[in-house]
Amino acid sequence: MEDHYNSKLVIKLNEIILIQIYKIMVLIRKFEEKIIELYSEQEMRCPVHLCIGHEAIPAGVCENLNKGDVVFSNHRSHGHYIAKGGDIKRMLAEIYGKVTGCSKGRGGSMHLIDLSANFLASTPIVGGTIPLAAGAALASKMQNKSNVSVAFFGDAAVEEGTLHETLNFASLHKLPVLFVCENNLYSTQTHINERQPAREIVKVAEGHGIKAFRGDGNNAIEVYETAKNAIEHIKSGNGPVFLEFLTYRFREHCGPNEDVSLGYRTKEEILEWTKKDPIKKLGNKLLDDKIATNEELEKIEHDTGIQIEQAVSFAKESQFPKKDSMDKNVYSE
Amino acid sequence: MTKLREITYAEAIAEAISQSMEKDPSVFIIGEGVPDPKAIFGTTKGLVEKYGSDRVLDMPVSENALTGVCIGTALRGMRPIMVHQRLDFVLLAMDQIVNNSAKWHYMFGGQTSVPFVVRAVIGMGWGQGAQHSQNIQAIFTHIPGLKVVMPATPYDAKGLLISSIQDNNPVIFIEHRWLHHIRGHVPTEMYNVPIGKAEIIKDGKDITIASTSYMTIEALNATKVLEEAGVSAEIIDIRTLKPLDDSMIIDSVKKTGRLLAVDSGYYTGGFAGEIIARISEKAFEYLKVPPQRITLPDIPSPSTPALTKYYYPRHIDIIQKVCQMTGKPTSQITHLIELERKKEPQHLDVPNKEFTGPF
Ligand SMILES: Cc1ncc(C[n+]2csc(CCOP(=O)(O)OP(=O)(O)O)c2C)c(N)n1
Ligand SMILES: [Mg+2]
Repeated sequence: MEDHYNSKLVIKLNEIILIQIYKIMVLIRKFEEKIIELYSEQEMRCPVHLCIGHEAIPAGVCENLNKGDVVFSNHRSHGHYIAKGGDIKRMLAEIYGKVTGCSKGRGGSMHLIDLSANFLASTPIVGGTIPLAAGAALASKMQNKSNVSVAFFGDAAVEEGTLHETLNFASLHKLPVLFVCENNLYSTQTHINERQPAREIVKVAEGHGIKAFRGDGNNAIEVYETAKNAIEHIKSGNGPVFLEFLTYRFREHCGPNEDVSLGYRTKEEILEWTKKDPIKKLGNKLLDDKIATNEELEKIEHDTGIQIEQAVSFAKESQFPKKDSMDKNVYSE
Repeated sequence: MTKLREITYAEAIAEAISQSMEKDPSVFIIGEGVPDPKAIFGTTKGLVEKYGSDRVLDMPVSENALTGVCIGTALRGMRPIMVHQRLDFVLLAMDQIVNNSAKWHYMFGGQTSVPFVVRAVIGMGWGQGAQHSQNIQAIFTHIPGLKVVMPATPYDAKGLLISSIQDNNPVIFIEHRWLHHIRGHVPTEMYNVPIGKAEIIKDGKDITIASTSYMTIEALNATKVLEEAGVSAEIIDIRTLKPLDDSMIIDSVKKTGRLLAVDSGYYTGGFAGEIIARISEKAFEYLKVPPQRITLPDIPSPSTPALTKYYYPRHIDIIQKVCQMTGKPTSQITHLIELERKKEPQHLDVPNKEFTGPF
């Protein structure tokens, strides 16, 4: 009797979580689509690395995080920022170079931060923030805090020394850090087979004595569950975990456009992956399992659209930083 | 008379590499994106088709180790060219460049050498910000054993790259992103522009402007306006930062009595400071006014165009500085500067009108 009650509760809880993940994924997607729509106005004057296609990974991982857990990210960071609870008005204002932006316009799309959400930083030097996440984990350990630290990075970061050196150290000290590799097969226009031998990335982490799992990055439920287990493992004091999620970037490496015309990947390949669209996949699951109705999903889209329009107005109406602010903050007072 | 062939700076670079590879089978090129369809802003276009993937290599994003790998090949008779789309990425390879390549020849008593070209792109604009547009060329000039070249024209880009590839030392070859589309006369045959030689690209008698790379273009634009105002400036395009051809600057300063150094790097410890130091040491008595410099401020580069438009010095800054130094009353040139400001494009963060998006 009690068991039955409990299992029902679990299902209800899961349903709420799944809808929450779906909402975040839609928010990420619509945010990126808004950039696509508005980029040609030439008012967002900075590089943008859109994460359309990757949404399940930030949403599924971050749904497991508490506010006190910290996240570091790379150049393709919009999804991580949103999923960790970063303020989207301030992110869009940042992309517009406004003083209300999350880095006061100093950083642009590649340097996001929202300390109130413990999204500690994104930077575009490949592999640059991976050791920082381990450092944040070391600090937690030194300070007897229970939070975990997450590093999001791409498959190319596996080629950088920083990743290997950090895995070694994090394993040695059993640091509470989660490594999340978003393997979208490409580094700019170069396929992974041109850059790495045919070994599994997770084997690299295992070689350092780190528990590692590989999962379908376009399946939000799988991402969520895998990350859930990983974080339990980390929070129980067992040291770091490494997750590799397979996914695909739908747009060009940097910028708002499609890029099939460049010829480095085929139309067929892109089509194959489009069929595995993570949002459609989760949406269908929600419908099939009667967790949500069509109307409910439409309402999510609708509400998200409003939220994004508000961010656009905020960003566009905000002021630019003033000339005399340029030399502020070179040094900390 | 037949018209001289004109190609872009990017095409000149591709041609220099191609002809060097054709001539010398030990030359190869490696870098992230070298054989990809974007071909490093067009500077490696056609190479993989012509020389194949054994000599035209893509590269894992492993700057430090791969620099070491290149040095290893150089020690065994190869002539590697490594390419970085941003100079900022070279920072990851500083250990190999500085600790190994630069001093290898000296450290082992001259028995082995490292013929190695590191091409790195610097730039500005389109909100690339603090980690993607650093103009830190001066760092390399501080290191004994490195040569540092920064051509400003397509002609020099080809000739200096050929010389760099043929040089038996590590050469840091720095290209400003805003030069890649510039067109100019480039002979079809192979030729050398010697490393270590500056060039007077405009004669003048009132002031010497010693400038590097893209800032030479800004200096040229400035002198057109200065001519109208009756100020005659001589421009020396430095071309090679190390070893620096200071004799040419000294000779010019003997004539003009004034020196303005213009570089796209930072103020403190930047290359403009080195030029001024040399002239102060060696030609102090010829200086009529204190030498001056135009550089970036000691501030990381912001992303927002609202700040970058004040951050990057331009030809107007050069005009104003030259007028100050030559005692030309600003009132006499206010109208010319106004005209220049009117001519400026609406946006200052793009290299040309056609440019509409991320680099
Ligand atoms: C140290 C360094 N080298 C090179 C680059 C140029 N670069 C920018 S993004 C990128 C590809 C990164 O690929 P990946 O890590 O797989 O992430 P993705 O873009 O696929 O999401 C490269 C090589 C860089 N930013 N930093
Ligand atoms: Mg990738």
